[in-house]
Amino acid sequence: MAKSQVEMKINGKTVEALVEPRTLLIYFLRDQLGITGPHIGCDTSHCGACTVDLDGKSVKSCTVFAVQADGAHIITIEGIAHPDGTLHALQEGFRQMHGLQCGFCTPGMITRAYRLLQENKNPTEEEIRYGISGNLCRCTGYQNIVKAIQYAAAKLNGVPFQEAAE
Amino acid sequence: MNDMTPTSAERAEKLEGMGCKRKRVEDIRFTQGKGHYVDDIKLPNMLYGEFNRSPYGHARVTKIDTTKAAAVPGVVAVLTAETLKTVNLAWMPTLAGDVQMVLADGYVLFQNQEVAFVIADSREAAADAADLVEVEYEQLPVNVDPLKAMAPDAPVIREDLKGKTEGAHGKRKHYNNIFSWQAGDKAAADSAFAKADVTMREMISYPRCHPCPLETCQCVASFDKIKGELTLYGTFQAPHVIRTVGSLISKIPEHKIHVIAPDIGGGFGNKVGAYPGYICSIVASIVTGVPVKWTESRIDNLSTTAFARDFHMDMELACTKDGKLLGLRCYTIADHGAFDACANATKWPAGLFSIISGSYDIPAAFCLVDGVYTNKAPGGVAYRCSFRVTEAAYAIERAMDIMAQKLGMDPADFRMKNLIRREQFPYTSAFGWQYDSGDYQTALTKALEAVNYKKLREEQKQQREAFRRGETRELMGIGVIHFTEIVGAGPSRNCDILGIAMFDSAEIRIHPTGSGICRLGTKSQGQGHETTYAQIIASELGLAADSIAVEEGNTDTAPYGLGTYGSRSTPVSGAACAMACRKIKAKAQMIAAYMLEVHDDDLEWDVDRFRVKGNPERFKTMIELAWAAYHEVPPGMEPGLEAVDYYDPPNFTFPFGAYICVVDIDVDTGTVKVRRFYALDDCGTRINPMIIEGQIHGGLTEAFGIAMGQEIHYDDDGNVTTASFLDYFVPTAVETPHWETDWTTTPSPHHPIGAKGVGESPNVGGVPCFSNAVNDAFAFLGSTHIQMPHDHWRVWTAAEKLGLHG
Amino acid sequence: MIPGSFNYHRPKSVQEAIGLLAKLGDDGRALAGGHSLIPLMKLRLTTPANLIDLAGIAELKGARADGNDIVIGAMTTQHELIGSDLLAAKIPLLREVALQIADPQVRYLGTLGGNVAGGDPANDMPAVMMCLNATCHIAGKNGERRVAARQFYQGTYVTALAAGDVLTAVRIPVPAAGHGYAYEKLKRKIGDFATAAAAVVLTMKGGKVETCSIGLTNVAPTPLLAEEAAKILIGSAFDAATVKRAVTAAEAITTPAEDARGPAAYRTKMAGVMLTRALARAKSLAKG
Repeated sequence: MAKSQVEMKINGKTVEALVEPRTLLIYFLRDQLGITGPHIGCDTSHCGACTVDLDGKSVKSCTVFAVQADGAHIITIEGIAHPDGTLHALQEGFRQMHGLQCGFCTPGMITRAYRLLQENKNPTEEEIRYGISGNLCRCTGYQNIVKAIQYAAAKLNGVPFQEAAE
Repeated sequence: MNDMTPTSAERAEKLEGMGCKRKRVEDIRFTQGKGHYVDDIKLPNMLYGEFNRSPYGHARVTKIDTTKAAAVPGVVAVLTAETLKTVNLAWMPTLAGDVQMVLADGYVLFQNQEVAFVIADSREAAADAADLVEVEYEQLPVNVDPLKAMAPDAPVIREDLKGKTEGAHGKRKHYNNIFSWQAGDKAAADSAFAKADVTMREMISYPRCHPCPLETCQCVASFDKIKGELTLYGTFQAPHVIRTVGSLISKIPEHKIHVIAPDIGGGFGNKVGAYPGYICSIVASIVTGVPVKWTESRIDNLSTTAFARDFHMDMELACTKDGKLLGLRCYTIADHGAFDACANATKWPAGLFSIISGSYDIPAAFCLVDGVYTNKAPGGVAYRCSFRVTEAAYAIERAMDIMAQKLGMDPADFRMKNLIRREQFPYTSAFGWQYDSGDYQTALTKALEAVNYKKLREEQKQQREAFRRGETRELMGIGVIHFTEIVGAGPSRNCDILGIAMFDSAEIRIHPTGSGICRLGTKSQGQGHETTYAQIIASELGLAADSIAVEEGNTDTAPYGLGTYGSRSTPVSGAACAMACRKIKAKAQMIAAYMLEVHDDDLEWDVDRFRVKGNPERFKTMIELAWAAYHEVPPGMEPGLEAVDYYDPPNFTFPFGAYICVVDIDVDTGTVKVRRFYALDDCGTRINPMIIEGQIHGGLTEAFGIAMGQEIHYDDDGNVTTASFLDYFVPTAVETPHWETDWTTTPSPHHPIGAKGVGESPNVGGVPCFSNAVNDAFAFLGSTHIQMPHDHWRVWTAAEKLGLHG
Repeated sequence: MIPGSFNYHRPKSVQEAIGLLAKLGDDGRALAGGHSLIPLMKLRLTTPANLIDLAGIAELKGARADGNDIVIGAMTTQHELIGSDLLAAKIPLLREVALQIADPQVRYLGTLGGNVAGGDPANDMPAVMMCLNATCHIAGKNGERRVAARQFYQGTYVTALAAGDVLTAVRIPVPAAGHGYAYEKLKRKIGDFATAAAAVVLTMKGGKVETCSIGLTNVAPTPLLAEEAAKILIGSAFDAATVKRAVTAAEAITTPAEDARGPAAYRTKMAGVMLTRALARAKSLAKG
């Protein structure tokens, strides 16, 4: 099949490439561009390990063709930290609260949490759990992921973080 | 000593040794998308492999035509069993003493079994070509019911074993029988049952499920034709085992095989054995001379790689009329699928199932396990099972509840009455296991008090009356369990994998400037080894955890080990780590004595230094001693500061715990809400409480998935109907309950740091706790046993059968 | 995991899309949000030779009032439905339904049109559209036409859409002020398709049910309008006995598939339970 030209801004950098129409965005990012943060965890668009931020939307990059993303602004986990290299509050929170173990769901989870906190600066626990329901984790049982996101929300809102009592 | 000098306690805190919630080293790269997983690997000229798979559960393969597939642009080769036969690899040995087809050789025995392997220059070409392999099948009768596998007219699953009445584990009683394994004393057990006032018997089935790590199985095989060396990257929980097995079957000498397990996205027992994908990739790389990558899809993973459980346990307990256990009998049919690919230690075809007497003092016990072949995917030992301990714990904990019900006793009281008492430790069970240590009464009492158990039972009583009056349509259930599990495989007298004893190892080298590196034979898939082993070293050697690099997974540099599964890392490699530290410390002490011009015995250890007894102003820190080891050692002593330890554990370790679960069941829909889950774990010495808590959360969540909805289901035609996330129940953050964790600490007396291991305990204890809670909700209506999984329709059906829908 | 090959087209207008679909015939397939179609393509259950991406067609987006109706462009995403103040004020049922579809990522891209017109009996919006008595705006090679949602669904994956047609918008009459509404969806986990679900819109007057419509999801090869059940309720005082009769009538029209969610008999009963709960909740919201 003839290839198409696409152009995107990814983590702040403009990228131009040729892709087959059937190339999914996740494969474009990982195989063609070497952006291997987002991962593949399933075949049926459930697990969310491939989540990227596309034009301000949390999107499963395994369910979008690269050609559909022509002209888009994309942020992956590699672009979540601040331009000067300091970690985003979420990256800090995930470490402080032990919100990861094998790390495989983490890029998608943090990228989704990033957008979640844009949608809702001060989510309740219930809203966080609902907000990450498109991201599966097999290791953590989610409890510390919730805490990590709460930690980040507090930091972004400039308030002290109160870890809920067990 | 002035006020500015840090105290021992302050110095200890800075080290971040054992017992502290050290933040994880791994997180730095994982939170920035810089983990290094197998599919991230891209080598020059790398090709991609993809399987063509069988649509049928049982069929003769009469023709395979690869012409069209080979003609797809970009396809380099297509492998079939015929190709593999030329290198004697159409079949491979399994870890359980069986053989397994790598590619379909005349037959396919389960749906999605590998038939052909396409190698192409792109994923797309490989996928297109895999679809174009033309295969002709003659369907054969299918059997997916293990209870029917040994019927006289059952379909023959293994034509290749026809006539072979002896298997790897002794006599086979039927052509579909794999092994017949027993433990305990049948005569004593029968006698106990004959004498008993009260007995119970129930078929307790643990459905087939799947560990389903988020990253599927994958590898990159790269054979260097010039050097004759194979480099194999892969999702390997046991990299050295893969190397040795790889060498045995490929005939490439072990020193020319480099196995590297990079970051692994979860294992849970799914990534222990060797899969056709690995073998085919290796062969493909040898044939093509370039690297070959194989990654499986989620459907491939769920339907063909190491599944878990599928144990059907006919369970019996015998008691006196006032509730003292006298005996246990269990006859189990174990469904291993089409090939016995279980990752068990050689002598244990049913793993450590004979832990089935659990936490209870049962004088006489007997168990018999018959393994059978069916037209299902091969495997069985996986999913945080500790080698079938999950199955055993499920059986005993369900049986205890059923017996309590029969006796009219409260399930917690019945357990308390029969728990092995702390004075009885070390305790030898009726199956011959010597439990190292335990204080079960304290654990169970603490748990019951923490949830105010009496009040919960009161509430339940009121609620049941309200239900009877028609005031509510919800039923409350309380699940109580006390598990004992057996981990840390294992002592060489008991445990070997294909003949290699199940010791493990640690090699520690301290550098001149006082930092160091530790390499071990285990392999983390998320358990945080880079963080926790350094904590052991920090406490043992007085060097800050941050100054110790920890490496696993590269078979060239790591000392030989049997890998990470069965919660064995802490008990075995953790011990090796401590022992290696002590060798280093002993040498350091001699150097210190020399430098301080005292005798070895005049020195005492204080956190991070040796100091002269009675004269604490005179000391040498480990950092100073490290430099000295390279600078000026005592005459006659070798320079350097390092040690290796291969640790052959004297025994297993026996973590235990008490869990309590409260559920509220909507009788009209069958939905089960987990109101509360309290888990008390005793894993002996706690190295990193934060990581332990994370393991408990994760294991309980897996247990929740299993108990509430996971099954790998086959229909009667052998179609696997739950092989994707559309149907295989993996809970999201919304369904997953909140976990309360607690602990007691009863160190293992035989372990150098008293630690027992904990990773699998929550799955061992969690599943029966959930199941007991659901069962308990209906018990007052006369229900004795409702099978898992407790998904909505099954719970509703139980309610329907009890006449609750009016 | 890897779909078959296809050519990709991105028309800028409905006319252009229709023209492409007419030209390509069976070889062309419209692509909306992609979260039903692309998963099927990845499993190679469908291998269209051409995809016509509707995302570039501005006229297919947005919700606007038109007299007593609200017209919602087919390419409006679930996320946009949820965030629409207009819809929250006028047709709050839609938001409630959309929040129960899939997960946040899918809702960012999944469209109303895809959910309405895909023909999958498991989708939530079809029964809701029937309940709301919506009308489907369809554009095809013979021009534009409208089909009532209640006539739109003919079989599993069989709808009133002819080859080459595109659903452009859904027109919904605004329910009366003070109406009660509810969508009760039983599912194995959040984001799953319904084991059974019921949509209810009703109005009360003087303590009696004045109007009522009921839609049922995923308990038949198509979404269902429970007309008989609704008729039973209309004019009643919403007493327990009448509600029970209505629910029985609704259960009677279900023919659910048996799958991992449960046997057919269970799913029929669950349709009944969901309907009972939806009715109660709708009634509690209704004024009059």
